[in-house]
Amino acid sequence: MKPEELKYAETHEWAHVAEENGETIATIGISAFAVEQLTDLVYMELPEVGRSVTAGEEFGEVESVKAVSPLYSPVTGEIVAVNSELPNNLESLSADAYAAWVLKVRVTDPSSLEKLMDYAAYQKQCAEEG
Amino acid sequence: MTTALLKKTPLHDWHAEHQGRMVDFAGWSMPVQYASIVEEHVATRTAAGLFDISHMGRLRFDGPDAARFLDYLVTRRVDDMTAGKIRYALVTNRAGGVLDDVLVYSLTDANGPFHMMVVNASNCDKICDWIEQHVGGFDVRWQNQTMETSMIAVQGPRALEIARPLLEPDPASLRYFCGTVTNVAGQSSVVSRTGYTGEDGLELIVPNEIAVEVWSKLMASGSNHGLAAAGLGARDTLRLESGMPLYGHELTEQINPLEADLGFAVSLQDRDFIGRAALAAIKQTGTARTRVGLKLDGKRAPREHYAVLSDGEAVGEVTSGTFSPTLQYPVGMAYVKRALAEAGNRLEVDIRGKSFPATVVPLPFYKRP
Repeated sequence: MKPEELKYAETHEWAHVAEENGETIATIGISAFAVEQLTDLVYMELPEVGRSVTAGEEFGEVESVKAVSPLYSPVTGEIVAVNSELPNNLESLSADAYAAWVLKVRVTDPSSLEKLMDYAAYQKQCAEEG
Repeated sequence: MTTALLKKTPLHDWHAEHQGRMVDFAGWSMPVQYASIVEEHVATRTAAGLFDISHMGRLRFDGPDAARFLDYLVTRRVDDMTAGKIRYALVTNRAGGVLDDVLVYSLTDANGPFHMMVVNASNCDKICDWIEQHVGGFDVRWQNQTMETSMIAVQGPRALEIARPLLEPDPASLRYFCGTVTNVAGQSSVVSRTGYTGEDGLELIVPNEIAVEVWSKLMASGSNHGLAAAGLGARDTLRLESGMPLYGHELTEQINPLEADLGFAVSLQDRDFIGRAALAAIKQTGTARTRVGLKLDGKRAPREHYAVLSDGEAVGEVTSGTFSPTLQYPVGMAYVKRALAEAGNRLEVDIRGKSFPATVVPLPFYKRP
């Protein structure tokens, strides 16, 4: 996935939104900026498929040598898939954060997408935080 | 990042130019890491790490009563140290609570004998006030040299080799916990065989004017020895694996040295110091809790303030923890009820609402071969 084509939450998750069989599916991951800030990842906890999440709700955690960081859903909907291989291959996040997806969510509230930033706005936020 | 009001070491620009991630540590802008904490940690364990520790407080004591005053200030006998000796000790309040953990140095320079005390950055102002309150009646001149000097640690199995070209005499002639005043880059400096990583190594206290030169020469000397610049993140994981307490975590004013399992640094016999009476009484009655090492299964690390449980009941609290880069399992230090502190005892740690099995293990977690 190309970072320029993704949407971003303030909490550094990315979302790729696509129509599949008449449903809006958001593929969700963690931005390269966030992965670089976290560094030395050792553990990730993922939710169950079928769970409902609202935008801004914590769905899991990622733990580095230094600290534990919550992961927040950028959208509202139902979790339809989790990348269960990812916790065993956390280095793939450092290799390409935009290929290493975390969740797929069937979006049930399209308005939750409106609050997300485009790439340019997110880059600006990262520059301010970095 | 708001670094404008933070104190900067003379190496600040070097850190910034080398991707040091600068954070506020006790009012100082310090590098937490350059790239990866794990890489810096592993470099220190297998080759060497170079640390800017200029934020540490450096206090100098001159005058006929310097040794006697420091002996009154800290828990361990330090008035019998011959020149060149260094001891770890605690500064306690009258109740025996720990105000700081420190190194006391007995040294000699061209002007004769003097003493130094290196204190934690977070406690430096407090300790300076404490000294002012108690120095009356002693013939001591003391000064805080933190802002005029820099402190650099080179730590790891190849540290002495790396530092050798810069030092006269050969640093191998210094025994562990010994130090000397010597010329480094032509300027009078303190070189000691001490550290906070569990590795062999040196700490250098140099005038600010030569800090960048000394740092750069060490980096150059270490370039084909695997030396890496290392930040406070690696310093923390290294000291944790080595079972060393960190002030603000394992040590606070609400914790006494005996429950911290630092009895080796408390000498009650034939001397007086601030906190002695309280510590003598505590030693008589014993302490309800003690500091232990915990090892966990899986990948999740115990973190500060997580509850320690036994059969679901709270019996203590984690003070620091991490996923050990050397051992490849999660470790932490905690205070638990003394009856449950025996090595091998099975406990649990509450990690964000879920209970994970933990085993009490002896400290340190890691000892260099």
